[in-house]
Amino acid sequence: MTATLTAAVPFTTVIGLEVHVQLQTRTKLFCGCATTFGAAPNTQVCPTCLGLPGSLPVMNRTAFELAVRAALALGCKIAPFTKWDRKNYFYPDLPKGYQISQFDLPFSSQGALEVVDPKGALTRNVRITRVHLEEDAGKSMHDETAGTGDTRIDLNRAGTPLCEIVSEPDLRSPQEARAWLNELKLLLVYLGVSDCNMQEGSLRVDANVNLHIPCDGGRIAKTPIVEIKNMNSFRSVERALVYESARQYEEWQATKAEMGKTPKQTRGWDDPAGVTRAQRHKEESSDYRYFPEPDLVPVTVSEEWLAATREAMGDPPSVLREALAATWKIPPYDADVLVNQGRELVSYFEDLAGRVGEGKVASNWMQQDVLRTLNERGGSIDDFPVRPAAVADIIGRVAKGDFDTSRAREIFAEVLASGRTVDDVVASMGIAAVDDDELISLCRELLAANPRVVADVQGGKEQAAAGLIGQAKKKNPNVNPGKVRAMCLELIRQM
Amino acid sequence: MSLSRNDVAKVGLLARLALSESDLDTMTRELSTIVGFVGQLEQIDTTNVAPLAHPLDTQNVFRADVPQPSLTTAQALQSAPRHDGEFFLVPAVLGDSGAN
Repeated sequence: MTATLTAAVPFTTVIGLEVHVQLQTRTKLFCGCATTFGAAPNTQVCPTCLGLPGSLPVMNRTAFELAVRAALALGCKIAPFTKWDRKNYFYPDLPKGYQISQFDLPFSSQGALEVVDPKGALTRNVRITRVHLEEDAGKSMHDETAGTGDTRIDLNRAGTPLCEIVSEPDLRSPQEARAWLNELKLLLVYLGVSDCNMQEGSLRVDANVNLHIPCDGGRIAKTPIVEIKNMNSFRSVERALVYESARQYEEWQATKAEMGKTPKQTRGWDDPAGVTRAQRHKEESSDYRYFPEPDLVPVTVSEEWLAATREAMGDPPSVLREALAATWKIPPYDADVLVNQGRELVSYFEDLAGRVGEGKVASNWMQQDVLRTLNERGGSIDDFPVRPAAVADIIGRVAKGDFDTSRAREIFAEVLASGRTVDDVVASMGIAAVDDDELISLCRELLAANPRVVADVQGGKEQAAAGLIGQAKKKNPNVNPGKVRAMCLELIRQM
Repeated sequence: MSLSRNDVAKVGLLARLALSESDLDTMTRELSTIVGFVGQLEQIDTTNVAPLAHPLDTQNVFRADVPQPSLTTAQALQSAPRHDGEFFLVPAVLGDSGAN
């Protein structure tokens, strides 16, 4: 997947990602305010998340458990003892003047998530440095058109639980970074950790990138690390990284500046312009003056608790892909496509495959008909009007020889468009099973009208019979091509 | 241990305190005294003492994920220096910090 890029450029792109996901809890991390997205401004706030004097945080158990679930799924070690720290900085959307986060004792570390290429061309193991649990800040809105010059602050989001997932710089191309993010998102959605909706800000990505450039004498020059922010889709992440690696290479050619000589730079992605722009210099980590949060007590995680969390977790997509391929005897590619569409689609498929009894046939219908039309229509598979029973019914009739696959597709489309039952549609389209007598007389007619074909088949060219099928369908659109062919050959043999 | 004027100026900046030159002189002297006082703790041999994350001997305090009533917007905004009935208003800043 990266061949074209890596082959064309004289450097290696080194990428690490930092991902924040909002956990799917009903309430905030340290107070009982709701986390509903889109509520009217400053309606989901209380003394705790407003940082009013005298208020105290109490940890949301579900938030902690979802975070542990994410870390376990990423293969992280769960620390038996963890605590929270204050990260101090001033910003209007951070009412307390500090964010409660985790500094030196995060609840988990040292995991990994592979980028899986189903065609087997590339699998890369991307290490996870750490996963920790922290609170989100509020939202600042600056409305230039209002002309007031004020920034408006909505603190509904302040205190929402966030899981921060930090990868090692193990990714080697923008395309790979995007593929990895897709896999991460899929995993977190499958496990019910987060809805990962980027439009609503429940998944946010920052990327650290620099280049390793081979120089004379085998030395590797490393360009200064740049952190890219403000990317609001995985596509933007890929585009920003492509742009930024080209920009760094150009800058390196001009300045020969290497890592460590300048402070780490933060650049913002300007999506419409397709460029990254320099932002404020990132404060040194010590400027946040982390210290242990005195208002929260530490958490210790027992083996029993971990075992219960594992139990409740469900299969991650990687396990499900293999299970699906093995159970239904479908190729890895098919399993990958199905699993990548989400758990609901997998359930639909399993329902269908169970009714049809043949995984590959069910999978073909999923990929060609169900998925294609679902993508055209939009919406969720759970709202898709043609249910597995109806698709299985159509497939069953093809197997019985009532009609062929192309006719079956028309029926599927009509069931989808009209919302009527398969029986209704079959009747109204004038599709009736062609009985054997009809078939025999039709084939006799055809053979009588096509002596040349008969002669060819008798001369050993069985494929000549294919020429009869089009004519047969013209006479009766309900005939099954396979049956026409078999019957014609049989009749010729009997001549 | 003593603090330099630069240390104090930096801490002042991080705390958003406007310190005059004479404030800096006073603060450098007084803070150095305080840090020196606390610094006496460094004389104690802690080789065999386990690090302490929290003074309370309590762990695992949680609450259930059940929504509780929030304040009304009017209540939330009532102590703000400036608001427009919906939002807190502050002098213009660019972008939001998110959690970083």
